Amino acid sequence: MFFKKTESTIRDIDEFLDTIDQGILVFKEGVKYYLENDEGNFSNNLDKLYKLEAKADTIVLKIRNEFFEHSLIPQYSADVVSLLDHLDDIIDTAKENLFQYDVEVPDIPKKLNSEFSKLTDVSCAAAEAVIPAVRSFFNNPSSIKDNEHRVYFYEKETDVLASDLKRKIFKDSKHLKLSQKIHLRYFTLHIEQISDRAEDAARILSALAIKTKD
Amino acid sequence: MTFFFLSSGLFLGWSLGANDAANVFGSAVGTRMVSFKRAAIIASIFVILGAVIQGAGATHTLGKLGSVSAIGGAFTVALSAALTVYWMTKFKIPVSTSQAIVGAIIGWNFYTGLPTDYTVLSKIISTWIMGPILGAVFAIILYYIQHIYFKIAKIHLLKQDAYIRFALLLVGAFGSFSLGANNIANVMGVFVSAAPENYLNFGLFKLSGVQQLFLLGGIAIAVGIFTYSKRVMDTVGNGLMQLSSKSAIITVLSHSMVLFVFSSTGLSNFVQSLGLPPIPLVPVSSSQVIVGSILGLGLLKGGYNINYKILGGIGLGWIATPLIAGVLSFFALFFVNNVFLIPVSNNDSRSNITNRILEKNSKVIQKDTKSLSIPVIDSVKKDSVNNIVDSSMLESVDSPVSENRKEYFDKLEIKSDKKDNNISKYFNLALLIGILAGIIFLISRWLNSLYKRNKLILSKNSQILEAQKALAEIETKYQLLENKQMEDQLNYKNRELTTMALNLIEKNNFLELLKSKIEEIKLETNDSVIIKKLNNLYLLISQNQNLENDREAFQMHVDELNKDFFYKLNSVYPDLTKNEKRLCVYLRLNMSSKEIAALTNISPKSVEMNRYRLRKKMNIGRDEQLVKVLQNL
Repeated sequence: MFFKKTESTIRDIDEFLDTIDQGILVFKEGVKYYLENDEGNFSNNLDKLYKLEAKADTIVLKIRNEFFEHSLIPQYSADVVSLLDHLDDIIDTAKENLFQYDVEVPDIPKKLNSEFSKLTDVSCAAAEAVIPAVRSFFNNPSSIKDNEHRVYFYEKETDVLASDLKRKIFKDSKHLKLSQKIHLRYFTLHIEQISDRAEDAARILSALAIKTKD
Repeated sequence: MTFFFLSSGLFLGWSLGANDAANVFGSAVGTRMVSFKRAAIIASIFVILGAVIQGAGATHTLGKLGSVSAIGGAFTVALSAALTVYWMTKFKIPVSTSQAIVGAIIGWNFYTGLPTDYTVLSKIISTWIMGPILGAVFAIILYYIQHIYFKIAKIHLLKQDAYIRFALLLVGAFGSFSLGANNIANVMGVFVSAAPENYLNFGLFKLSGVQQLFLLGGIAIAVGIFTYSKRVMDTVGNGLMQLSSKSAIITVLSHSMVLFVFSSTGLSNFVQSLGLPPIPLVPVSSSQVIVGSILGLGLLKGGYNINYKILGGIGLGWIATPLIAGVLSFFALFFVNNVFLIPVSNNDSRSNITNRILEKNSKVIQKDTKSLSIPVIDSVKKDSVNNIVDSSMLESVDSPVSENRKEYFDKLEIKSDKKDNNISKYFNLALLIGILAGIIFLISRWLNSLYKRNKLILSKNSQILEAQKALAEIETKYQLLENKQMEDQLNYKNRELTTMALNLIEKNNFLELLKSKIEEIKLETNDSVIIKKLNNLYLLISQNQNLENDREAFQMHVDELNKDFFYKLNSVYPDLTKNEKRLCVYLRLNMSSKEIAALTNISPKSVEMNRYRLRKKMNIGRDEQLVKVLQNL
């Protein structure tokens, strides 16, 4: 009776983490397609991300209900649900960002393409690193530290890259209008948000690791 | 009548259930791993089984400390212990039933003048000390085993949770069994002399008289678990130290093991067969053992989590319990023996009561013989009161009036009996009135405290209500503020949209102007090179003037920002086409027909026509303004 419910919730958590992971990959590819002006694949990825985000929302709601209804790990349930909500925020932010690309169509100069691409990669790497950290929390809490320090590292790297990019936009790209510069700055911030969300999740994970430690 | 006397034991059983079940399931229920209902059902079943199957060992040791031979004494001893446990439970202090009953038995020993077996007493007290120490040791060992197991097994957190839940139920069942086996002696041990001699046959198994008694005690414990133990579970579960579910298993298991060790005859015999001294089968304090286990864990983790204030309270309870129970038992025995004339011990009951009655009679005889002028006999005067009523002594007195005297004493005896009965009647009446007055006083106090408590609850509820009202007001204010912010944001976006549209129009106009200027220059020059360059420039401008992309982007913006408006428009006017809906948005943004025309790439006249059609479709009267209707939507 206990184990049946548990197995189902474990499956849901795994599926949720897979969905988030896929969402990050789709976002990363979507940005690259945009930079390469590949509209077909870009809109295809946007559609995919919409679907993945909706799926993640449905699963997280189901997991939340299971946790509270069957009072699973009652001492940490609130923290675990909060952690999953923060992970859901990552895919929400990714979807929102790709949608902004679609709507606002930022005019990114070709010489900044590589910087934007790198920034996206590093920011997504922070989000990607949080997934194995969460998995290790469920399976082997003592190994959380091995994974979570990567999240903090990539988040800091993202900040550094974003600052460099902003400096390049405002100082080195004199041919750009101020409005265009401001527009590009917003997109830098949007990409940075992904790693920020990952860092938020990692913080909750750190707190949980301390709480569950015997 | 026997059942009436057993009632105090049942009350003690109820107190034990209310208090000590928390030691077994308190941590599990406190950490919300097991529901109270499930815990109560399992605890009740296994307590009864433990009491009936394995309850005899510890009872035997308690009997050695003080063999309460009369049922009246057993009733009083059990009642004193039960009242002590009840009061301490009421104050949420984890109290020990074992200490209460031992204190009460020693009180009985003092009252009856029987010597206390200090060897047995020291054995019991040493287990009271050993119990918590052993609990702590078991807890530490179990902690290490559990820690290593989870480290190696690497089980998913949710699976761990499920296993722990299951383990808590198993361990709880074992703990309840051990509790029943070890502590039934506290509840029914003093009543063993009153146990029926016949067996009760259930077909598959038979219950001896003592087992029937233990079954009754077990049921009383189960009732205590169901009715009152939830309150104490809060203190044990979360009060002394914050326990994780893993720690909860350890504490309950170590507690159960200690109780099992001190109640299992089989284990004791096994140890003896190895050539070691036998394990003393003594009712140990379940509360002390669980506190010892929790302390062991707490100390292992550096002792930071231990709430020493609560620990101090529990320690105080341990010292106070036997003392209070002992004093209460002594006075209660005195009261029962001398007021209700109920024998509390087989050894001294008859002499105590008879002495008192005969003392009264001798005084009456002396008074009456004086009034009847019968010579007082020295020997009678000198003899003990017991001898006075001894008829053989009376007959041996050498006197001429011996026959008359005998007759006289017979009459006197009947008379004194009558008088004694009268006194007894008056006394019982007074006692009844006193008891009634006491009950009325207690009820009035209880009602008063109930009234005060209700008043307090009411005032607290009203405070909560007020706080909720204030919170609701703040929330409403916050909601309004949020709405205002959203409205501002929408206005800002709309303004942005208008500016964007105007920019588009202006850009278009400017390019048109440039084109006309180029045409003018072309007319003024004949240089073919310049004309060619001007033609190229004209083409470039025309290409750039293509507004379709800008228009699409703008319309997308319009659609995105006016989702709500479109939704409302759809619900009120479902027949509108897409272009009509867009026109509504432009009108809502207060754009002129000329501006709309530029944006939609149609002539201003067509815009006017579309406006007219829209008015008709929306059924708007002549006195109404289309823009205002749209803005108020």
